[in-house]
Amino acid sequence: MAVRTVINAAGRSVPVEINGRKAVPFKGVGKHRPRGGKYSPPIPTCNDFPDDGNKVVKSLEEALRKCGLRDGMTISTHHHLRDGDLISNKVFDLASKMGVKDLVWFPSASFPCNDPVIKYLEDGTINRIEGSMNGPLGRFVSDGRMKGTAVLRSHGGRVQAIQDGEVKIDIAVLAAPTCDFFGNAKGTGGNSSCGVLGYAKADSMYASKVIVVTDNLVDVPCYPMEIEGNYVDYVVVVDKIGIPEKIVSGTTQITKSPDRLLIAELTAAFLEKSGILKDGVTMQAGAGGTSLAIAVFVDEILKKKGWKSKFGFGGSTKYMVKMLEEGSMGYILDAQAFDLDAVRSIENNPHHIPYPVFNAYNYHSKGNLTSMMDIMILGATEIDLNFNGNVVTHSDGYLLHGIGGWQNCLHARNVILPVPLFRDRIPVIVDEVTTLCGPGELIDVIITERGIAINPLRKDLIKSLKGSGLPVRTIKELKDEAERICGKPRKAEFEDKIVAAIKWVDGTVIDVVRKIKTK
Amino acid sequence: MSSKIATTGNAGPKVRSDCEIKLELTEKGGIKIDLSSKVKTLYGDSIKDLVKTILKFYKIKDAALTVTDSGALPFVIAARMEAAIMRLMNSDLEYLPDMLKENRYSTTAGRRRFSRLYIPGNNPGMMINAGLHSADGIILDLEDSVAPEKKDEARFLVRNALRQVGFHGAERMVRINQGDAGLKDLHYVVPHNVNLILLPKCENKEQVINVESEIFRISSKHKITVPVYIMPIIESTLGVENSYDIARASKNVVAMAIGLEDYTSDLGVPRTAEGNESFYARTRIIVAAKAAGIQPIDSVFSDVGDMEALRLNVLKSKALGFEGMGCVHPRQVPVINEGFAPDANEIEKSKKIVSAFEDARKNGIGVVALGSKMIDAPVVARAMKTIELAMSLGRLPENWRKEERSEEK
Repeated sequence: MAVRTVINAAGRSVPVEINGRKAVPFKGVGKHRPRGGKYSPPIPTCNDFPDDGNKVVKSLEEALRKCGLRDGMTISTHHHLRDGDLISNKVFDLASKMGVKDLVWFPSASFPCNDPVIKYLEDGTINRIEGSMNGPLGRFVSDGRMKGTAVLRSHGGRVQAIQDGEVKIDIAVLAAPTCDFFGNAKGTGGNSSCGVLGYAKADSMYASKVIVVTDNLVDVPCYPMEIEGNYVDYVVVVDKIGIPEKIVSGTTQITKSPDRLLIAELTAAFLEKSGILKDGVTMQAGAGGTSLAIAVFVDEILKKKGWKSKFGFGGSTKYMVKMLEEGSMGYILDAQAFDLDAVRSIENNPHHIPYPVFNAYNYHSKGNLTSMMDIMILGATEIDLNFNGNVVTHSDGYLLHGIGGWQNCLHARNVILPVPLFRDRIPVIVDEVTTLCGPGELIDVIITERGIAINPLRKDLIKSLKGSGLPVRTIKELKDEAERICGKPRKAEFEDKIVAAIKWVDGTVIDVVRKIKTK
Repeated sequence: MSSKIATTGNAGPKVRSDCEIKLELTEKGGIKIDLSSKVKTLYGDSIKDLVKTILKFYKIKDAALTVTDSGALPFVIAARMEAAIMRLMNSDLEYLPDMLKENRYSTTAGRRRFSRLYIPGNNPGMMINAGLHSADGIILDLEDSVAPEKKDEARFLVRNALRQVGFHGAERMVRINQGDAGLKDLHYVVPHNVNLILLPKCENKEQVINVESEIFRISSKHKITVPVYIMPIIESTLGVENSYDIARASKNVVAMAIGLEDYTSDLGVPRTAEGNESFYARTRIIVAAKAAGIQPIDSVFSDVGDMEALRLNVLKSKALGFEGMGCVHPRQVPVINEGFAPDANEIEKSKKIVSAFEDARKNGIGVVALGSKMIDAPVVARAMKTIELAMSLGRLPENWRKEERSEEK
């Protein structure tokens, strides 16, 4: 059955209904303003919980039964344990064993370790995933094999959907490296430390039922608690919630590729010469090899000038921690820790502060951290002539990445995308993005190894670089050069069937992904 | 050749920007193409069109072709195809991709040659962005970095790279093989606007003259007028002994380099970090080159991870009199460029000397003095050279004397 589609404010054809529910087409940046109250979960009564506060039950299965797991429920998990997560898959192993069908899995992100859930998508235990899809999961969805329609949201968009009731979580299963019997939990301690539980706060507050699973039960109080026990229904103790070496990498590394290092150097030079880099600057950079190199080069400039960054926003890495410890960064506000140095820093340094995305990225929050940031370093699989960005599909049309915090971060003062002009033979700058994830009006600068393109809307930046000697070019010139080197790529072809909806940060539908055409 | 199947190029999980071509010339059945590619959706049709065009160019009507592509650019696919075809048949035809307009430039004998970046001649992934790293020269290497059974493939690839890869103003260099193989190499590079040929393991001036004669033959056949310079690399004790003759073998010899791995092996001692074992050879090369009026160039520094050690090595090399060094990794380029460039102290001192000289000349005073110190003519000449270099590097404005005076006022 074909769903009615309309053209949204970004010019994309989107459905007015997704998974049987009304969907709002994208109206433009900052235009959608829902009214009414926030969603509220059922009211609990403390008398229904043990007086001694001990909520430990003997197994995850028992907890799921007590939570009333049944067909069609929405189950949330979070991705703090990253590729070492042993709990998310377990939930669906148990659901399948219990004969439950048509679940909606609502993870904050998925990783290759979650690929085994494909069998539950095939056998009907899970109807659909509303979250990021990587690797084989993305391929499964793009091939049109998932029963329901996937919904991809940013980290902030996930909190927005929880708060305005677009997604009602029936059971949140939150794996925690340390927890007490009352359910107070944190991201550090034990054998499975991940540093921060930056994505689970909304789940704990808004889900009807909350289960915390830990392999490190401590006496009350588990402090500082990132998840508060008064939101928690049951606590489950298992041998192992995760595989430590896959939770955080032993050490993150700056790129060794000379071409990526060139991009990083050019980015640092751009930040310096444009005047964006200044004393008191606030910045965020990811854990990718190029971003880390940029952080290192920026640190060198700060030191040379005697400047200091007021704070940096995590995900944190040893490079950010080094800046904090050497005094070139005042604080790290952190939603996730990427390596062991970052975890150690969170445990010991009072200036390294866990800061959930709930506060940093959420559309229904009274202000956001991201719009206060001076420098935002992001990536993209494609950028088009209108500076629109794509992060979820590759140019061949396959869904292969989640949105993460990318859309939310676009609200920073200076959004900078250091990307290679082409990856192997695949141009990054294209006529039109395959999937629209972020409107071009929010993307300021593209930095490639062959030149810098500045969004014409940023007249101030264009002016600031006059006479800087930096290779400033138009985005059209960069695209033409990519096509001169690689050849003009053919576009991917799709069928009509919509396999995934891409939400904007406000919950409206900015684009869709369609099934890959099979000949 | 007796075999009817040729395999060229590279494939495998770690291979990027390359492709493997397996070509079988058949008796009938037309052209059959089996293509697997990481970029099939985007470029599958264009890859098939390209290989068909090339087969047609060589009038091949029946063939079974397997292309395993890892994101190779068209000039790479074309080189791999041509290499495969040439293993199976004889032809004088060359399938030449377009020559980039911006690659048509010549260089001068005395130009700066601080850094020259070695790129293995059969590795397309490293060629594509080589021009972006600000090296004074880029060497596409047909010699030691190419396996013997891949020499023919590399020639086509290097030729196509000279035409299709942007060099961004770097001097376009090729290191050829020794002996007859090297003379054959010249036919693949001289017609494609190469600026300089590196002649490895050079031991006598006859080798230079042989290479130069072949360059002249090819140049006149192809009506090439741009100069093709020669940089002999001295890598043996005999080469060191003959270095002055080699440096003077032709006016097209503009620089002479030393290769220490082979030299120390010829000497029968290990190569050390201090380099005492090669001190004589290095200074000998420097003296020979300077006596002949050309640039002496130092050996490569092979520890690509240790930039501080490289920096110190460059400073030592510069202090001895070398005017450049080879780079085996793009990250070495800025360190080497920075090291050989005059530093702020040198520039300041040279400015004072040149100013004093100019003032003395203006006032008709024959003796130049700076403070209480008398300055000889060669010191002035060296200072002038430093000033020239600083200006060419953008470290000193062309009108520095004027600016200086206005500051004094």
